[in-house]
Amino acid sequence: METYALLLAATLNAGTVLAIAALGLLINEKAGIVNLGAEGIMLCSAIAGFAAVVHSGNDWVGFAAGMGAGALLAAVFGVLVIWLNTNQYATGLALSLFGAGFSAFVGINYVQEKLPERPQFALPWLSDIPLLGSAFFKQHPMVYLVVAFAAVLVWWLYRTRSGLVLRSVGESPESAHALGYPVRRIRLAAVVAGGALCGLAGAYLAIIYTPLWVEGMVAGKGWIALALTTFATWRPARVLLGSYLFGGVTMLQFHLQGLGVDVPSQFLTMLPYVATIVVLALISRNPGWIRINMPGSLGKPFYPGA
Amino acid sequence: MFKLPLQLVPRAEVSRWWTFASPLLALLFTIIIGIALFAALGKDPVQGLRVFLWEPVKSGYALGELMVKATPLLIIALGLALCFRSNVWNIGAEGQFIIGGVCAGGVALLADAGTGRWIVLAVVLAGALGGMLWAGLTALLRDKFNANEILVSLMLVYVADMVLSYLVYGPWKDPNGYNFPQSKTFEAVTRIPKLFASSRMHMGLLLGLLGVAALWVFLFRTRAGFAQLVGGQAPAAARYAGFSSRRALWTALLVSGGAAGLAGGLEVAGPIGQITPYIPAGYGFAAIIVAFVGRLHPVGIVFSAVLMSMFYIGGELAQSRMGLPKSITGVFQGLLLFSLLACDTLMAYRLVFKRKTALTHVDIAQAATKNIASLATKERV
Repeated sequence: METYALLLAATLNAGTVLAIAALGLLINEKAGIVNLGAEGIMLCSAIAGFAAVVHSGNDWVGFAAGMGAGALLAAVFGVLVIWLNTNQYATGLALSLFGAGFSAFVGINYVQEKLPERPQFALPWLSDIPLLGSAFFKQHPMVYLVVAFAAVLVWWLYRTRSGLVLRSVGESPESAHALGYPVRRIRLAAVVAGGALCGLAGAYLAIIYTPLWVEGMVAGKGWIALALTTFATWRPARVLLGSYLFGGVTMLQFHLQGLGVDVPSQFLTMLPYVATIVVLALISRNPGWIRINMPGSLGKPFYPGA
Repeated sequence: MFKLPLQLVPRAEVSRWWTFASPLLALLFTIIIGIALFAALGKDPVQGLRVFLWEPVKSGYALGELMVKATPLLIIALGLALCFRSNVWNIGAEGQFIIGGVCAGGVALLADAGTGRWIVLAVVLAGALGGMLWAGLTALLRDKFNANEILVSLMLVYVADMVLSYLVYGPWKDPNGYNFPQSKTFEAVTRIPKLFASSRMHMGLLLGLLGVAALWVFLFRTRAGFAQLVGGQAPAAARYAGFSSRRALWTALLVSGGAAGLAGGLEVAGPIGQITPYIPAGYGFAAIIVAFVGRLHPVGIVFSAVLMSMFYIGGELAQSRMGLPKSITGVFQGLLLFSLLACDTLMAYRLVFKRKTALTHVDIAQAATKNIASLATKERV
């Protein structure tokens, strides 16, 4: 039983990486912008965060560095797609390719580096509960923060005026513009916020989850996070659930390997990717359902006054 | 808020001049950033420029190596150009390249000393078919399940990588290979014929150039090519004209997958000569940049493939001569695409300097006329 409690704990931890990134991408997409650069952002912020911890010794400095790197890259992406009206897919792709190269380039000196001793986390009393304690209450604070953040995001998006404005910018930028909202600046703010969250996810990955730096270590998590927003039909709570589900799939491969299942490890490593494809196909099967839930102007450029 | 005195004004039509000038300007930007990067790292920028721009073309042998790397980039990018022109976002060419290499390698491993030279044809065909199969998965999921082809094709890259890894660590590992994860080297009869004895350049280059001509004719001189572009870019118009957008989707993915698979087969049975975990060299991703920088035009892609090949060779030389990580290639590739996309804005928009000082009465009069005109149109509706 204890193994399963630990498996659940690991699932929550893995899901947290995906959830932070996917919630960030959700904010982007609610404002009508698809950022295919998530993978590149996560890679760059992973090395930024990792390097910051190596030099400062403080995890939170690392998180801040990751968020800063993510916000900066996203801002470049945002200015290109929002002001220069470049193609969102191509620009995001450029960011992913650049990020892969740049992170490998900068990170080469950090491949052998080790972080200071990782502290153990445990909530007082709660973590002493048998099974439940090791499953839920011996986690990094970020694991709880992301749940709180998702709750705040739900409230903000659906219960506040500014959340409504953000959604309107993604649904119908023309109407929002006609009402006098600065559509492009709102979109840029959303892109930067989303990028900062992707950056936080990358930093968490390199500082807490793995914790080390290897070239290409994000290994498709940015792309899976992108797929998660579709799986969740652009609902924050479902994004969170989906993230844990995929965290579980990631953990399942290690668990099966541990159990000594007689399947070559490569087929187990494939699992999250194959699962992404399968779930994407199942969810997308009904085009009408996707169309109803998708932000109306997702991926479409907006040029005011043209 | 702070405002730049610059404004983008839409052009009445896409500027032909900027279509050609934009990639050159983007290259210039990339070079300038490159010089700054070298300087920032304390390296000699002049040596940096030499390594990337002069060394790859300075001798016959160097040119041969340049072509060896340009060949897969050219072939993959030709397929992607058709794909992107059809508005199908296949970004998983890397996976199709890997599976093409695996299939070609599988056939090559079947050969023994007595096999005839015909096997080369089978090897190359297996590569192309493998790539088509892999891209066909994406087409099927998009066609039948409406699944986003960007995510599916990209996820399949990771799956392809694992398939390759399984084979070289498992069933295809050379039993006499000191436990290295690689297959035995292919028989000489399965290898792609070289063009010259003194260089590694192979027949693949000629296939690529043939592909340039074929794509040009298909795109610009056939009805099927026209139907393909309309089917991809304007599904509604295509339906009206009786062109099938499903057909456009399948054609785009099968052709680009086949091209990437062919490139993989040529690479594995050409310069590499065995199956190793290092088959994926990022050509599938770099070819996306090649396709865009080449303006999705078959002739343009020839130039951009050579340019990207220079980036690859320059990166290797920068590693050996200047002590820089090879991944600098990826940095420059990404920068080039970024700059290109930014410069491409100038194709559709003019950059106009505008002073903040209020509108002149002419402006106001014009705006008023426009308003009245648009109101009048609405009235009629």
